[in-house]
Amino acid sequence: MSVENILIVGGGISGITAAVEAAEVGYNTILVETNPYLGGRVAQLNKYFPKLCPPYCGLEMNFRRIKPNPRITVYTMTQVEEVSGDEGNYTVRLKVSPRYVNEKCTACNACAEACPVETSNDFNFGMDRTKAIHLPHEMAYPMRYVVDRDVCTDSSCDKCVKACKYDAIDLGMKPETVEITVGSVVYATGWKPYDAAKMDNLGFGRMKNVITNMMMERLASPNGPTGGKILRPSDNKEVKKVVFVQCAGSRDENHLNYCSAICCMASLKQATYIREQYPDSKVVVAYIDLRTPGKYEDFLNRVQDDDNIQLIKGKVAKIEEDPGTGGVIITAEDVEGGKKIYEKADMVVLATGMVPSVTENASLQFEENGFILAGKSSGVCSTGVAKRPSDVTSSIQDATGAALKSIQSLVRS
Amino acid sequence: MADEKKIGVYICSDCGIGEALGVEELEKVATSEFKVPVCKKHPFLCSREGVQVIKDDINNGEVNKIVIAACSPRVNNDVFDFDPLKNVVERVNLREQIVWTQPSDEESREAGQMMAADYLRMGITRAEKSEVPEPKIADVNRTVLVVGGGVTGLTAALEASQTGYKTVLIEKTAELGGWAKKMYRVFPSKPPFAELEEPTIGAKIEAAGNDKNITIHTGTTISSIEGGPGEYKVTIDRNGTAEAFDAGSIILAAGWRPYDAGKLDHLGYGKFKNVVTNLEMEELVTKGNGKVARPSDGKAAKNVVFMQCAGQRDKDHVPYCSTVCCNVSLKQAKYVRESDPDAGAFIIYKDMRTMGLYENFYKSAQDDEGIFLTKGEILGIEEASDGSLHVEVDNLLLGRKMKVQADMVVLATGMVSSMVPEDKGVNNLTPEYIGNMVKKETEDGEIEALEPDSLILNLKYRQGPEMPHHKWGFPDSHFICFPYETRRTGIYSAGAVRHPMDAVQSTADATGAALKAIQCLELTAQGRAVHPRTWDRTYPEIRMESCTQCRRCTVECPFGAYDETDDGTPLEFPSRCRRCGVCMGACPQRVISFKDYSVDMISAVLKAIEVPDEGTFILGFVCENDAYPAFDMMGLNRMNLNPNIRLIPLRCLGGLNLVWIADALSKGIDGILLLGCKYGDDYQCHYVKGSQMANERLGKVQETLDRLMLEAERVEQVQLSISEWERLPAIIEDFTKKIDDIGENPYKGF
Repeated sequence: MSVENILIVGGGISGITAAVEAAEVGYNTILVETNPYLGGRVAQLNKYFPKLCPPYCGLEMNFRRIKPNPRITVYTMTQVEEVSGDEGNYTVRLKVSPRYVNEKCTACNACAEACPVETSNDFNFGMDRTKAIHLPHEMAYPMRYVVDRDVCTDSSCDKCVKACKYDAIDLGMKPETVEITVGSVVYATGWKPYDAAKMDNLGFGRMKNVITNMMMERLASPNGPTGGKILRPSDNKEVKKVVFVQCAGSRDENHLNYCSAICCMASLKQATYIREQYPDSKVVVAYIDLRTPGKYEDFLNRVQDDDNIQLIKGKVAKIEEDPGTGGVIITAEDVEGGKKIYEKADMVVLATGMVPSVTENASLQFEENGFILAGKSSGVCSTGVAKRPSDVTSSIQDATGAALKSIQSLVRS
Repeated sequence: MADEKKIGVYICSDCGIGEALGVEELEKVATSEFKVPVCKKHPFLCSREGVQVIKDDINNGEVNKIVIAACSPRVNNDVFDFDPLKNVVERVNLREQIVWTQPSDEESREAGQMMAADYLRMGITRAEKSEVPEPKIADVNRTVLVVGGGVTGLTAALEASQTGYKTVLIEKTAELGGWAKKMYRVFPSKPPFAELEEPTIGAKIEAAGNDKNITIHTGTTISSIEGGPGEYKVTIDRNGTAEAFDAGSIILAAGWRPYDAGKLDHLGYGKFKNVVTNLEMEELVTKGNGKVARPSDGKAAKNVVFMQCAGQRDKDHVPYCSTVCCNVSLKQAKYVRESDPDAGAFIIYKDMRTMGLYENFYKSAQDDEGIFLTKGEILGIEEASDGSLHVEVDNLLLGRKMKVQADMVVLATGMVSSMVPEDKGVNNLTPEYIGNMVKKETEDGEIEALEPDSLILNLKYRQGPEMPHHKWGFPDSHFICFPYETRRTGIYSAGAVRHPMDAVQSTADATGAALKAIQCLELTAQGRAVHPRTWDRTYPEIRMESCTQCRRCTVECPFGAYDETDDGTPLEFPSRCRRCGVCMGACPQRVISFKDYSVDMISAVLKAIEVPDEGTFILGFVCENDAYPAFDMMGLNRMNLNPNIRLIPLRCLGGLNLVWIADALSKGIDGILLLGCKYGDDYQCHYVKGSQMANERLGKVQETLDRLMLEAERVEQVQLSISEWERLPAIIEDFTKKIDDIGENPYKGF
């Protein structure tokens, strides 16, 4: 057998799964993530469909499996720069960006209290602000602060360094290059939300009360910008009526040629967030087809039983600001009724689709939409949404299989 | 462990602990109250120097039970890692749950000090009662048994083989390939997702047949399976002959069968010859070598209507969506078009569900002028004298009713899990175990009891012969996060037996299941638990001489880890055990223990608490996976925690033993709060049934409380998820108020 190491690129739920499952068979896995924390997109979700349970629950269990397992090595803030070689023996160059905070960090928060600079909080899609030195989120693994050095206004500022009693902050930290040898590689590089601003008629970016589904997840999260209270961004008003626009980009040849597989269930789930928080609220979901496959039908039935949630087969043509109320006016075509409809609402949620994060890489083959088909050599494979649009549980199933494929590469060579 | 038990207590004064708490007083708790041989404080215990202090003491033979009073056990695990097979490590969470939750005023400092002293007492007691694990290293059979020879089973067998493991593949029918073999063409599996593809099942069957690692038995059913992971004894019936062999883990890939179209007479099935199911359409096209001819007279079909959701998404038939039928009908519409370029296909759907990259397949059909698609419903079907059909359709897109003349109507019938017996419907199955309610005579008179059906696996397990199902006959799993984790350790379900899925998904699912089956063998061989406690090398040990054969453990284990003898004595199968401790909680005799977790230990831990003479004082039993981290999050957010509560984390709330309730109340603790995961259909419990078991046990707590003449309201269970830390102050506040209203525990001060 060759080198008994497996490289997993991407520390979201697919990557974590592949790394943990392979390690628990008995192989060494190296999990590489660009963010300062593991968990990827699911770390930003309030609840999973259809159980409406918190993603932190499963992440915590995965972290519990990672912590005592000496076979798993985690690199955060790390890019894979180059993969060379062949199945059974790849040389991989990793570039580790400086975190400016070392392992002595105790997450005591004294540095953030001392930090004079506030910056837009990317974790919450810019809906609130965070200090230049901050903990990315409550369940961040590793539980360690990070400095966004680009926003430090004064390069000589060392207030955080002085505030830290543990010698944990080193603003002189430099990028490092690490070379590792692995027998196989799994790309679990995941997705990013489709840029909603590209759909001019939907007004994202022009109107504050048009948000994306991922922003909605943060708005509803207890650790989100509003502490879990769903308030419309323009004036922090409670929302009484919300319209969901399905296929915002997906199934549209001008944007994404595919269905993003999760947005119907995501919007139905988010409709329950609103209805639970505001018992007198109304929700409208405008869809092309309701795609709640398999057992998810049960969830659709539950949502349909709520008279205050209206599901309309139709495509939203445009969204305008309602100058009187600060709300929004939606023009849509009701396909079944064969007529145009106008809806006034406090907020619009665009069910934006998933775009693969990595669409260019010399060691990979892509299909036309940018999803990874396979590696160019047999020891490289892809999994999760990097491979095809899929929900969390399908990604986990697929990643478990990818773990086996990566092990087979080691067995073979 | 032959070694003497030597406890070392290490108190960190960093992260504000030193400022908030009197560390010297804590040292006194360790040295004066517990007389521990080694007690040290350190200004920065997780630093290299701090850890070295502990390592030196271990290396010098001074300590082998290490109590670290510092931060949460959820952090710095890699730092405080001292060979778990040689040393017991106990963490006392001073930072997150005391220092970070208590304000800095004088009164709070005092309260915080009392909390810290108690938690140190509890930690030392826990360490005293803990032993290092002595893993049961088993001689493991590394053969994977695959049940089902369709695309899922064949894939699972091939994948396991390619990883170097032997498999035995069992197929009930005379040949391999399952439904996949009956397909004329398959829908696209690769870009551009527009063209029909030749089936690849033949190649798979051939590969499996040529694979030396794979033993294939067709015409074979399972007569019985006994044992557990690594040591299954399998008996099969092979075309009438009994054979036996050993296996280590099992993949259930029994697949699906079509919904009985005979129940769809309102759609003309069984009445009109030219109404066929989608599977019959495949057979017909295969037989015609691509030609679509109507069954009544063999005439070429010019117009074919496809009725989607023929039974599916209908609570009277198949309440769920079968996932594949939209793509199947698109494929068959293409058969119609390829068979005769002048022929037309008309697909009537509720919603077109061509998920993900299959969208292009849908688009390719939309681009074909001979394929019409509409959202609609069939209102009625009539047969003309020549066998043609008049289909009345409510076209919901045009908003009008229309009549369509068709040569054939194809019903897109759905998938039913093979777990569902032929004589039963998916929507009227008995809960948990598929079977029948039968009347039984017992000592207490006639009762109605569930008699589970023997269907596929025929497990000789005390809890029943098959996998518990969640709903509609799909085996229960820890759906979403850990979809492979079933309620039968070592048995993994894959493919359409557990969820409607197409061949591509089934192939991926089979590969994942093969990994889990292999992983189970390797973990079992090391004496480790499988998911989730893969780090755990303890296992339940029973003091059999004190067992009263009450059967609680054998009934309540969520994973069916125990069988029993005729007199009710539990038979242990450690490799089936997930180490949740539900059996330990169930046992009224307190005879079930782990090396580092026992009824006696938790009793001792709660007895170590110094209950103040005044004020309402609460004990919380909390799930260590979810509720406990939520308390850490409170600390991280610097939320204030009522200092009159002490928490005891449990592996699962289902490990709650009622004796602890009695112990706590006898000690003068006023109220007991149980914080565990959500239970029911959408359960969040990592051990599936644990928190529900705790709740059921709580139903019997009145008996315990009656003996003490106390109110049942003193004990309450709250369902809490990991992200609901914001709820905790109110939960504790409300419960404290309730206890205040009931009044002080009369045992206080005794």
